[in-house]
Amino acid sequence: MATAVLQPDTLEEKLVEEYGYEDHFHEHHHGDKFQSNFITTYVFSQDHKMIAKQFLITGMFWGMIGGLMSLVFRLQLGFPEESLAWLQPILGKWIEINPEGIGKLSQEFYYALVTMHGTILVFFVLTAGLSGTFSNLLIPLMVGARDMASPFLNMLSYWFFFTAGLVMFFSLFLSTGPFAGGWTAYPPLSVLPEASSGSGAGMTLWTISLVLFVVSVLLGGINYITTVLNLRTKGMTMWRLPLPIWAFFITAVIGLLSFPVLASAFFLVMFDRELGTSFFLSEIFIGGKALDHVGGSPILYQHLFWFLGHPEVYIIILPAMGIVSEVLSVNARKPVFGYKAMVFSILAIAFLSFIVWAHHMFMSGVNPFISNFFVIFTLIIAVPSAVKVFNWIATLYGGNIRLNSAMLFSIGFVSMFISGGLTGIFLGNSAIDIQMHDTYFVVAHFHIVMGVAAFFGMFAGVYHWYPKMFGRFMNETLGKIHFWGTMVGAYAIFWPMHYLGMAGVPRRYYSFDVFQTFSHFAEMNKFITVAAVLVFGFQMLFFINFFYSIWRGKKQTVQNPYGATTLEWTTPVRPGHGNWPGKIPAVQRWAYDYGKDGKEFISQIVPLKEGEHDGGH
Amino acid sequence: MTTLLAILSIVLIAVIAVQIGKVTELASKIRGEEDAEERSNRSTSRWLLIFMVLFLVGGVVSAYYYKNYMLGYGPHEAASAHGKSIDRIFNITVVVTAIVFFITQIALFWFSYKYRHRKGGKAVFLPHNNTVEVIWTVIPAIVMTFLVVGGLDVWNEVMADVGPDEDVLEIEAMGYQFAWNLRYPGEDNKLGLRDFRLTSGTNPTGQDWTDESGLDDFQPGELVLPVGQKVRVRIIARDVLHDFYLPHFRVKMDAVPGIPTYFVFTPEKTSEEYRQELRKYPEYNVPDPNDQEKMLWETFNFELACAELCGKGHWSMRRLVRIVSQEEYEAWKKEQQSYYLSSIYQTEGDPWPIDGQLPNMVSGVRKQEFTDLLEAAETAASPADRTLVLKYVTFETGSAQLTELSRYELANVVEAMQANPALKIELGGHTDNTGEATANQVLSQQRADAVMAYLIDKGIPSDRLRAVGYGQNNPIEDNATEAGKAKNRRIEFTILAGGKMAAVAEPATITATE
Repeated sequence: MATAVLQPDTLEEKLVEEYGYEDHFHEHHHGDKFQSNFITTYVFSQDHKMIAKQFLITGMFWGMIGGLMSLVFRLQLGFPEESLAWLQPILGKWIEINPEGIGKLSQEFYYALVTMHGTILVFFVLTAGLSGTFSNLLIPLMVGARDMASPFLNMLSYWFFFTAGLVMFFSLFLSTGPFAGGWTAYPPLSVLPEASSGSGAGMTLWTISLVLFVVSVLLGGINYITTVLNLRTKGMTMWRLPLPIWAFFITAVIGLLSFPVLASAFFLVMFDRELGTSFFLSEIFIGGKALDHVGGSPILYQHLFWFLGHPEVYIIILPAMGIVSEVLSVNARKPVFGYKAMVFSILAIAFLSFIVWAHHMFMSGVNPFISNFFVIFTLIIAVPSAVKVFNWIATLYGGNIRLNSAMLFSIGFVSMFISGGLTGIFLGNSAIDIQMHDTYFVVAHFHIVMGVAAFFGMFAGVYHWYPKMFGRFMNETLGKIHFWGTMVGAYAIFWPMHYLGMAGVPRRYYSFDVFQTFSHFAEMNKFITVAAVLVFGFQMLFFINFFYSIWRGKKQTVQNPYGATTLEWTTPVRPGHGNWPGKIPAVQRWAYDYGKDGKEFISQIVPLKEGEHDGGH
Repeated sequence: MTTLLAILSIVLIAVIAVQIGKVTELASKIRGEEDAEERSNRSTSRWLLIFMVLFLVGGVVSAYYYKNYMLGYGPHEAASAHGKSIDRIFNITVVVTAIVFFITQIALFWFSYKYRHRKGGKAVFLPHNNTVEVIWTVIPAIVMTFLVVGGLDVWNEVMADVGPDEDVLEIEAMGYQFAWNLRYPGEDNKLGLRDFRLTSGTNPTGQDWTDESGLDDFQPGELVLPVGQKVRVRIIARDVLHDFYLPHFRVKMDAVPGIPTYFVFTPEKTSEEYRQELRKYPEYNVPDPNDQEKMLWETFNFELACAELCGKGHWSMRRLVRIVSQEEYEAWKKEQQSYYLSSIYQTEGDPWPIDGQLPNMVSGVRKQEFTDLLEAAETAASPADRTLVLKYVTFETGSAQLTELSRYELANVVEAMQANPALKIELGGHTDNTGEATANQVLSQQRADAVMAYLIDKGIPSDRLRAVGYGQNNPIEDNATEAGKAKNRRIEFTILAGGKMAAVAEPATITATE
């Protein structure tokens, strides 16, 4: 593996050898000492491809946990009359059996599940599992780098994430229960153990876990940024970067700027909890006594939290957007429409994401006058988002579309992004938000636009780059069943929630029976729960397909199975450490020469012909 | 056993899934990869088209089915003035987004179908087109501008606070785990001050009872508001965040510990009017599941809920909301008792009297009490009932020195005497049975004299007054208990002549005694 390919077999290898950049990487042989045994290859690996797989599989594990949690609380909401006693062997005291023998989910645990579901999905699955996986896998491969700028920090990034997960996992087994104050962890609820049993040890572990997670994101982010800026191969100008790289790069920048603010908010929460400070506490009477805290502001926490929290949704969705742009283009056999507009809209969204945070707080008691600005900035985001949607659709126009699983999930992504994005126009308009805030309309909105859509982007990426990870393909038939089940099922879950929201039904309710106004929807809640169970079943199909295909999937036999232009398909089928056996490829053109001059595709490493215009410039 | 079955069925499904995968892979090998791909492409593109049709039709049909839950339609009409503006901007947004939704979803699925891969098919090379890109940047920008302007117009109108001279009813809603406490101002239309440190079991809102403006505040169990009256709700929280949410009125605002917020709105429909409107809709003409006797529209009520996660009981913070006519509201308000009087007055938590002063509220109540008793005594048929106890005339322990606070009750006596110059009274002193009977006799006489002297000092002619000490001879309660003793130590006010009844029924007698 360490020797250069002296007799290149394929066109790609020839081009790499002819035009590539000789960095004398394999003469040093130090590359492989990091992968000499089982531990350094599979556990404490510093190879970005292995780290990507670690992120992905860990993310999948958490996705299953988070998904199962949602099923448990959906059972409570959809079938409040049915007994959940059968869950007692697993959930123990959190199932309360009443004298009639009917088992109910305890209220504390219902809120703990809701909280954990949100935290796990947002941070562990859609941040680490999505951006962690694909930034790691694709950045070095697509920019033509041997590895990340700092493989060691990259390894640490995964292990901090892993540790964060361990701490969170441990908190699930506390006798007082895991944290139950919502994934946003608003004080005073999150600070006062008197207010909720999960705000005791559960919250302590929650904050520790998430601070570790922030460290992981920052270590990863520094690496992604440095790699994109400094380790691009010869000829890879910024305007020749494939769109996923732009998306991962900007995602890392956003993360680097916003996650420290979240960490600071968590530190202040810790101070209020442990040291008796009053950053977020004021005038509280609880547990039969008035607390000493005065002068703090719970709203300050919300500002700090959403200063991350809003960019966070773009941290989740931008990588999915990048992946989808690439998969759509490759499978439509067309250049992504309006490449520059796509890049500028990513930049615009990233910039705007920092000045819209208070749109989560219209009804939180901030000065209503301030909200005017946040409404304006928020609704401006609709413009670059609309540009992206139109460009994706235009990418399909006139294409020669291969409808494989990755492509279907990309099309599904665009559909979900439209549906969920449009409801954002309601919520971003503060006047409408008065009624819609904290109702199921919000639940429907963000699940579709950043939950389902981001998952679709992730699935598209997994199906598309699976051969790059494992040298085999996932099964297409199972992939398509997975797609249809998820597509139909996800709409079946979340579309009806809009109607619940319009009727005013608040989110985070354990039961709707107390209120006449909210109790009309028993049938709909049943329907949603059944759909959720089915969709979860289809994800199991994905799991089976994923793990089965690692060992038994159809083998990748050609170097560039999709006829793609980007650099990751110029490596050997199973790239080793350093990615390219000999020289690293030099880039000659932009990443989207599909169907140009009557050719099916022209790889980025093919030199421009005389007088040929480079698409990206 | 069930667990085993469950595990087995999961394994079985996994095996089936893997087999399906294998079979299709095999089939594609037999047919030839390219052929198989084209076939699958064709069928998948059809499924995409079928999905699109079902999805869009399903969306429209479900929206029609649930139209009565759409804002501003049918039974889901806003019950407040500003709510209608919110519903309007909501519906404008529905129309705009629906247009975009249909255009983009149809284009997305139609293109996916139309431009599917076919054998020998070729894609066009179309990297960008500045004209269309400018168009589809500018159009959303213009549309968004209209929505923003429309939305902010409504927002600033809704969130505007009340002007200084506006007629507004200010009430307070305090969220706590897990209920709402409602506080209304009394006659003075002013809510009293509060301090969270004063909170206790008997003082749930931490009201500062030394602030006189709060003494007439009352804390009803339901939110009752007069229709057409502008209401400013001061929203506070006692422990964690809550959110004051009136779904029918499009009212929502967080309750934040330490930072009072407010929401101003005007209810436009009474509960009864709203019920009559619901009556028109078939889904409200079914029996209420909780009360089979009545139809759903009859049992309908507005409700107050919490819309910010506040702990395990978040879902149960319900308060009934009743919107009534102005007259009904006044009548209801009259029935409400000041929280101070019902729960604080003369208990351990009562700070009054402060510096020898009683709040107007209390002196007023006592005056009313005195007037009522006097009225009863004056109109009593039998002379034996023409006596009332001057409950609030008290003395320093063991002496005939009037307490400072006795002046309030004595002022009532003076006023009554002045109002009715014909009135002649006896002031009777009584004691309990503690100590020597003779000493008690002397003390009671001295005390009666002290009261009489006070009245004379205030300008009541001495010939209308008589002071008599009765000692311990006429107990009205059992002297065995401390409470009984306290009642027995008293000054009695007995009408000798000039009562109202007497004035009408026995004029001759009065003249005779004179």
